[in-house]
Amino acid sequence: MLELVIFSTLNGVVYGLLLFMLSSGLTLIFSMMGVLNFAHASMFMLGAYFSYQVGKLVGFWPALVLAPLLVGLIGAGVERYGLRHVHRHGHVPELLFTFGLAYLIEEIVVMGWGRNPIENRVPATLDFPLFTLFTTSYPAYKAFMMAVSIGMFVALYLVLKRTRIGLIIQAALTHPSTVAMLGHNVPQVFMRVFAAGTALAALAGVIGGFALLTTPNMAAALGPIVFVVVVIGGLGSLGGALIASLAIGIMQTFAVALDVSLLDLLRHAGVAIGRESALFELASIKIAQAAPMIPYVLLVLMLIVRPKGLLGTRET
Amino acid sequence: MRRHVLRSLVLGVLAPAAIASTAQAQGTLKIAMIEPLSGGAASAGILSQKHFGYFVDKINAAGGVNGQKIEVLFFDNKISPQESLIILKKVIDEGIRYVSQGVGSVVAHAITDAVLKHNERNPGKEVIYLNYAAVDPALTNEKCNFWHFRFDADADMKMEALTNYLAKAKGLKKVYLINQDYSFGKAVAVAARAMLTKKRPDIEIVGDELHPLQKVTDFSPYVAKIKASGADSVITGNWSNDMLLLIKPGKDAGLKVDWYTYYAGTLGSPTAIGRDGVGHVKQVTEWHKNALPEADPDQIAYEKRFTGKEDDFAYWRLKTMFEMLVETMKKAKSNDPVKVAKALEGMKYKTVLGDVEMRADNHQLLQPLFISTMSDKVKYDVERTGLGFVTNGKIEAKDTATPTTCKMDRPK
Repeated sequence: MLELVIFSTLNGVVYGLLLFMLSSGLTLIFSMMGVLNFAHASMFMLGAYFSYQVGKLVGFWPALVLAPLLVGLIGAGVERYGLRHVHRHGHVPELLFTFGLAYLIEEIVVMGWGRNPIENRVPATLDFPLFTLFTTSYPAYKAFMMAVSIGMFVALYLVLKRTRIGLIIQAALTHPSTVAMLGHNVPQVFMRVFAAGTALAALAGVIGGFALLTTPNMAAALGPIVFVVVVIGGLGSLGGALIASLAIGIMQTFAVALDVSLLDLLRHAGVAIGRESALFELASIKIAQAAPMIPYVLLVLMLIVRPKGLLGTRET
Repeated sequence: MRRHVLRSLVLGVLAPAAIASTAQAQGTLKIAMIEPLSGGAASAGILSQKHFGYFVDKINAAGGVNGQKIEVLFFDNKISPQESLIILKKVIDEGIRYVSQGVGSVVAHAITDAVLKHNERNPGKEVIYLNYAAVDPALTNEKCNFWHFRFDADADMKMEALTNYLAKAKGLKKVYLINQDYSFGKAVAVAARAMLTKKRPDIEIVGDELHPLQKVTDFSPYVAKIKASGADSVITGNWSNDMLLLIKPGKDAGLKVDWYTYYAGTLGSPTAIGRDGVGHVKQVTEWHKNALPEADPDQIAYEKRFTGKEDDFAYWRLKTMFEMLVETMKKAKSNDPVKVAKALEGMKYKTVLGDVEMRADNHQLLQPLFISTMSDKVKYDVERTGLGFVTNGKIEAKDTATPTTCKMDRPK
């Protein structure tokens, strides 16, 4: 039991941190442009594919840096030559633009690498059990994932809160015209933040690519949950995104381990629902089966109770 | 539909051979293949598409059947039952009388119901439904009908074969069931539990998990649970991403179990599983590349035509299906669906793997089944991994039959 609890916690934290890496970039972009970037998870996917391709040429470690840089450049291009033009026409065209971009990227990936998962293996230097507790071993690459995402959080936090660049970004988010008046190139700030956000997603992709599975639908699989994290955490809030990702990661992991249904709980409370009851089917669903639904239930509850999210500062 | 057309164009540019005869000539025998060609399950649909293209071209090269060439039209249903019904309606309106589908039992249920309804209401315009992969047992039991023919062994038949093998396996104490939460996955779980309790009452079933279909991105929590249960073997009907994602975290956590699977041999699974599966990953199938000492001519010709890493010849049952179809049409001297359906019912046919028979009582094909294990010492590998499967046991066609509750109305 203890073994299950410990490893479920570890798995939940790793999954949560991966979600955080994805959502941190999204939440920055969201608060900056006020638009959900539907192609954000696609950048995550590109990161995975690029690192695989670059890694074949120069090895994993250079790819860990190069792939996010490449995707960051693509992100900059998307903002400079795409979004910036669409921006003039309002939010809906922007939304549609990123939506279309997500489709486009998926099709390009299919054309380039095929529809089946590619053989994106854990790099040899990370492919060993770090430690074995009881009987379960814990792979080193998961610890590496943790280290990278925590490092990223700290670095991002320091840049945003402790440097001049961070000051300008923060100011540009809320008072773009004033910042422009002071002589800063606000569109360029936007472009850089967008590029940085996509690069962060790509970094998550490099790590998530081999930890999960590199397929053309990995973007579609993770996309929705990242939005949930951003909304629950509060738009534009890094800390909120971190808390929300960890909470969702851990909650989902533990829910899977719970083979309890509403029926069992009611039985303990002395209420019996018969097989003939209309509620029987519903009540006999185990928590484990409902696990993937939990984040979305949370999302709905959050929007009802506290629309600005955990640490958000403005109403959606 | 627009998206499908676009995709066909793209595919057409990349691999003209992948799209079967595009001849719009009058008088071709049209077969509609309704499968996911986009989205998460697309890899399965596209693999079928290539097999269809290959076999139809082969038949046409030999002069077609009864003087008619065959033409396959591919429709993308995005694995949605609703979309499939819209497509089916369109297909019927165009006068196409042969429909084939296999990916997803949920879709199969929708199609078989709609085909039955149409045929009852439109005598003289009957449609045949050729199912080559949807293996929910209900389709040839309580939901059976005269127009549905299944060329893949159903989930119960495969489980029967698997549990017969398990009944003799040594060192097996605790079994964990993990399946997808929909009709097929549930059928696998129910069959596994019922048959194991009967054949090996000493085996303990330590888990019976249903997880969402093609939605889980990280199976680590499930693996931790399997680990905690102390299982030494896992039975799963998972396919596509759900199959390969399941094995990977198992390897990381040091989970040492034997995997008894339905679909570990195709659609990227061998690539994702890799060497760790050697000796531990087993499957039950109607064929595998090393089932015969030498490669089948169709396997060689197919893999000469489709040369991608993912382009394995995989669907032996489609070979059987097309050969039987041509045979019945020749025997009936007609390509009329009603005559063909009547001739197909109860038909016996010889293949290089053994005798097969289309059961008259429920339209389920009886064919030999193989239990095989992943190995790195094989003559023919899959997905160019250097890994393949070696036979542990073969079950003859007649021994795969399971009782049926099917009661069907036949046309006069």
